[in-house]
Amino acid sequence: MKQVIEGSHAISEAARLARVKVIAGYPITPQTHIIEALSEYCEDGRMDAKFIPVESEHSAMASVVGAASTGVRTFTATSSHGLALMHELLHWAAASRLPIVMGEVNRAMGPGWNIWTDQTDSLAQRDTGWIQLYCEDAQEALDTTILAYRLAELVNLPVMVIIDAFFVSHTYEPVIVPEQSEVDRFLPAYKPKFEIDTNNPFALNQMAPPAIYMEMRRSVQLAMEKTLEIYNRIEDEFEDVFGRRYGGMETIRCDDADIIIVTSGSATSTCRLAVDELRKQGEKVGILKIKMFRPFPAADLAAALSDVQKVAVVDRNFSFGAGGIFTQEIKSALCNCAKRPDVFGYIAGLGGRDITTDTFKDIYFSTKNMTAPKIDSQWVGINEELL
Amino acid sequence: MLHSNIADQTYMTPGNMSCPGCGGGIAMNLALKALGEKTILVIPACCWAIIAGPYPQSGLKVPILHTVFASAAVTAGGVRAGLDMKGDTETTVVAWAGDGGTFDIGIQSLSGSAERNEDIIFVCYDNEAYMNTGVQRSSSTPYGTKTTTTPGTGWKKTRKKNMMDIMAAHRIPYAATANIAYPDDLVKKFQKAKAMKGGTRFIHVYATCPTGWGIPSEYSVKIARLATQTNIFPLFEVENGTDYTLNTKGNRPAEDYLNIQGRFKHLAGKDLKQIQEDVDRDFELLIKKVGH
Ligand SMILES: Cc1ncc(C[n+]2csc(CCOP(=O)(O)OP(=O)(O)O)c2C)c(N)n1
Ligand SMILES: [Mg+2]
Repeated sequence: MKQVIEGSHAISEAARLARVKVIAGYPITPQTHIIEALSEYCEDGRMDAKFIPVESEHSAMASVVGAASTGVRTFTATSSHGLALMHELLHWAAASRLPIVMGEVNRAMGPGWNIWTDQTDSLAQRDTGWIQLYCEDAQEALDTTILAYRLAELVNLPVMVIIDAFFVSHTYEPVIVPEQSEVDRFLPAYKPKFEIDTNNPFALNQMAPPAIYMEMRRSVQLAMEKTLEIYNRIEDEFEDVFGRRYGGMETIRCDDADIIIVTSGSATSTCRLAVDELRKQGEKVGILKIKMFRPFPAADLAAALSDVQKVAVVDRNFSFGAGGIFTQEIKSALCNCAKRPDVFGYIAGLGGRDITTDTFKDIYFSTKNMTAPKIDSQWVGINEELL
Repeated sequence: MLHSNIADQTYMTPGNMSCPGCGGGIAMNLALKALGEKTILVIPACCWAIIAGPYPQSGLKVPILHTVFASAAVTAGGVRAGLDMKGDTETTVVAWAGDGGTFDIGIQSLSGSAERNEDIIFVCYDNEAYMNTGVQRSSSTPYGTKTTTTPGTGWKKTRKKNMMDIMAAHRIPYAATANIAYPDDLVKKFQKAKAMKGGTRFIHVYATCPTGWGIPSEYSVKIARLATQTNIFPLFEVENGTDYTLNTKGNRPAEDYLNIQGRFKHLAGKDLKQIQEDVDRDFELLIKKVGH
């Protein structure tokens, strides 16, 4: 049924429909609405689940690690400082091979306190072993959360479903909320590959000496390496039931493009408009939207970009001392290709600053007019007087 | 004739990695005898994370979920929630942490879990320092102790945190102290805690560490007994945060306990006097709480 709901609640609805059994929650703007709705569903019986109102995000993740180890479906959600506080447990959850799904709302890290969107919080967790899926709008967030459980349970890795602060989390949009029966058809009851069991005692997450540690890490990577293929396969099934699909990445008007703009999250919607306008002016420009950041779809990306002349990567994130994080990853995906485009990196929209269609047009023309990329990312819209 | 409530069945294998005389090992062996096979242990970073053995072996015959240092209580609460949703209400979930994982880095999650009255037993095996990492002070380390981070004349000048008061202040159904030198009492308390299923139960177990305390391993139980005989570690129970029962009354001077341990060797007469005064005052306070 089509409903007008917030992006946050699109994720809550998906967790409900996924028949999650244990939810741990701790408030942080702009994530809070996700867990508030879920606590209500647990209370009023719309969900047969236990909601644990923990005392910190570190504990939220520890709590779902405990619950998931018993072989039940779990969920939590967080943002920014909450995610940073969880960092230790993110490693723990992934190497425990637990299919936990977490909603993550991209919000800037302080100081200064800033509740607005910025991807640095989740990208700073890229090495923890979590699958990361960035969503453009509320419908995609709902669909991706349902899909995330299938994916997580097939590869035994946790999945972060990521939306932008406010632009998605607090924006009301028409969203098709599927029927329980449809979701059940796509997402069957969870059958864990292992669970703690007093009838079959063993130790989980115990000491791992050098003779075995590397193999354990390698096995996480092997699961990552199958993830994109499995994701594509379950998207086929998802499409059969729901009629929608997204891909690990999406190319828009790229076939004859000379310049491709790489985007992620809600800025992609703005970029679609900018590209429509640029196309009307005769500019040969396309978009590559990255949804799956971990595992990084390097081969698909290289195939999509290697023929084009120039790529402009728009990063709403930054790694101090290096550059935009998507830019780095894209450059490394391309560096061994015989034929590869020049990669221009742009930093825009940090801490919730608007990225408008004009921002994209400026980025496009800057890329078009430059003969070669600068080594460093270029910061868009910086007021030099304030520096 | 021997009257004992201690089961013959053991859930700890001989091939574990504890040091000779490890009080934590004795505590676990006794605790599991009381709790039985339908027990899941959650162990954070601490000596026991090592004692239990490396992958793929295990030194215990019950399942263990190892978790991060700060998160014993809340991980156990998550396990409990998962079991409840699966309809398993029989299994006892036990968080088993050292004093660091209880008094220090673990106190937030323990306090949160206790305030939510999560249905777990939280056990602190207290060896009064961070032993796993080589005897650094914790907030459980008593006044007067030399550790690797309170060395030389910098021996610890502040007192051991009163964890039982903190737990009692959470008004949890059951909190008790226990001691490896009093096995019948210890087992009884674990059995009682198990039977009081439904809320957070806290057991504070005195657990000697010969390696960290500078004592011969064969003194492990003797020194533990002296801790209670001197009222330095009295045995008592608190129900619902206010209903105190005292199980033992010691009558020996603190010096009997202090003088035979390397970690207190440097203390002068005035320091020992100070400690005796503190012990007496604390014990009086405890008697007042017991009320009879
Ligand atoms: C977050 C974090 N900080 C520090 C450590 C290192 N560490 C492991 S065990 C330990 C001390 C444990 O002390 P305690 O809880 O008293 O248990 P014990 O080793 O004495 O049995 C420390 C500091 C860690 N594993 N994790
Ligand atoms: Mg200790």
